[in-house]
Amino acid sequence: MLSTGPLGAAVAPPGLDLQSSFIDLAQGLGLTAGAARLLWLPLPMVLVLVGAVVGVLVSVWLERKISAAVQQRIGPEYAGALGVLQPLADGLKLVFKEDIIPARADSVLFSLGPVLVVVPVILSWLVVPFGQNLLISNVGVGIFLWIALSSIQPIGLLMSGYSSNNKYSLLGGLRAAAQSISYEIPLALAVLAVVMMSNSLSTVDIVAQQTGAGILSWNIWRQPVGFVIFWICALAECERLPFDLPEAEEELVAGYQTEYSGMKFALFYLGSYINLVLSALLVSVLYLGGWSFPIPVEWITGWLGVSPDAPLVQVITGSVGIVSTILKAYLLVFFAILLRWTTPRVRIDQLLDLGWKFLLPIALVNLLVTAGLKLAFPAAFGG
Amino acid sequence: MSIASTTQQICFAVLSATTVVGSIGVVLLPNIVYSAFLLGGVFLSVAGLYLLLNASFVAAAQILVYVGAVNVLILFAIMLVNKQETLAAIPGLLVRRLLSGAVCAGLFALLLRVAFTTAWALPGPPPVGEEATIRIGEHLFTDYLLPFELASVLLLMAMIGAIVLARRDVFTTDVITGEPADQGLIEKERTPLLIETTTPEPTLLSKP
Repeated sequence: MLSTGPLGAAVAPPGLDLQSSFIDLAQGLGLTAGAARLLWLPLPMVLVLVGAVVGVLVSVWLERKISAAVQQRIGPEYAGALGVLQPLADGLKLVFKEDIIPARADSVLFSLGPVLVVVPVILSWLVVPFGQNLLISNVGVGIFLWIALSSIQPIGLLMSGYSSNNKYSLLGGLRAAAQSISYEIPLALAVLAVVMMSNSLSTVDIVAQQTGAGILSWNIWRQPVGFVIFWICALAECERLPFDLPEAEEELVAGYQTEYSGMKFALFYLGSYINLVLSALLVSVLYLGGWSFPIPVEWITGWLGVSPDAPLVQVITGSVGIVSTILKAYLLVFFAILLRWTTPRVRIDQLLDLGWKFLLPIALVNLLVTAGLKLAFPAAFGG
Repeated sequence: MSIASTTQQICFAVLSATTVVGSIGVVLLPNIVYSAFLLGGVFLSVAGLYLLLNASFVAAAQILVYVGAVNVLILFAIMLVNKQETLAAIPGLLVRRLLSGAVCAGLFALLLRVAFTTAWALPGPPPVGEEATIRIGEHLFTDYLLPFELASVLLLMAMIGAIVLARRDVFTTDVITGEPADQGLIEKERTPLLIETTTPEPTLLSKP
């Protein structure tokens, strides 16, 4: 995630547009407006892709270190200081492993499955904002696009489960699809309550609605139930440990990934960690104020007596925004990792009961209460 | 502008080709699993066409409903029942195929004729863009309220029907043959939930 550093150094502040300044610069060098825009287009995409992959490396290292601390071990130590290069070593190992396709497997679907799992997750980074103008595209459907894209993933899981020609894989794929369908509904209802308060699906508007009074205006105080529902469902969608039934080692070897090796396995691994970081980022956007600092930056500049529009102040504000988004997200990643290493796995019937008989009614009631509060107190709940 | 319009045309060509080829594949492929996966691809390219038409909300809803729910459920059902057996040849298969092919060709010719003879109002109304979500919501709660509610009642009925069919323990006899459905149920003599009773109060929640 630290790869966003160059972007923060270049610009970032709210109100200042990186894209238009780049295009102005390119036009100053004698390019047409279209060509300048074409040159700009791949830059944020590559940056976010690199950011996502670095985010995965960081969370893999965190996973190793935190699990070691939970179990009173030391964890990786020799690859770099404190073992920070361990995830890179893991990645390199996977790159050089032989890519095996089982003899009786369906080779086309076998290769397509991991791709279908990873691509929607990476596409969802389209709507993650790191600042007012620091996202790839402020699409109007914003958060709904993420919900829609994450529903493609089970097809990839079913595909790889089916094509492996292995009973464990098929069972893992079916479990993954069932789990994903069950938890998508309470997740969408929790998001809907937030959307109802901000009157917009756009992630930028959702964060903008939580600014004003610093930490007190964050959605977590107005949507505590929604926050818990969203977090549980996000963990289930990521197949993290209380809900990692699709790859339960003791029952299914490794679920749908049983037959995979080399880079195809790495794609699953990458996909699950990118999804974890993405979910944490979205929790911070929806409930923890996104890029806003616990104390509003406008207050601080007011106390210091500097103008919030000065270029240097804007750069600092933008950097603080990026850093606070990432800090909030990684705090949530830390909780996810801690949960993984301290909780036992639920059974499949408990999982489905929790999803359909508990979370779904609670999410519906939460939506209804939010609607009522919005009508009763329009000032506090976004009239 | 020229780059944008060229990109749009290329996207349109690719998406329509994927839709047409994919849907032909869905119908013609002998392996039902391939057909189901291809159906997902067809739904995705239709969502891409919606995106080209500036209807991003409809595109996202198409992905969520058709790819994420309908197609996953189809795949789920196929994988739960797929027995990998070769089906016995049906007599007169060629005639059946020719007949259905002729019906489809006729329907296609009819649609082509409608498409070419209709006086399309070109260019159409300007796209509402990001306001589409609000407009759809307004329509759903005013002039399209009744069709919307009817569709949801239909879905509810289908769901109740599916639950009744799947939960065989509510019947002691098979609906079609009239024979006992489950030996274990007869031995246990459980009181069925849904059965024609002669008792005066037909409550569904009567205790067994």
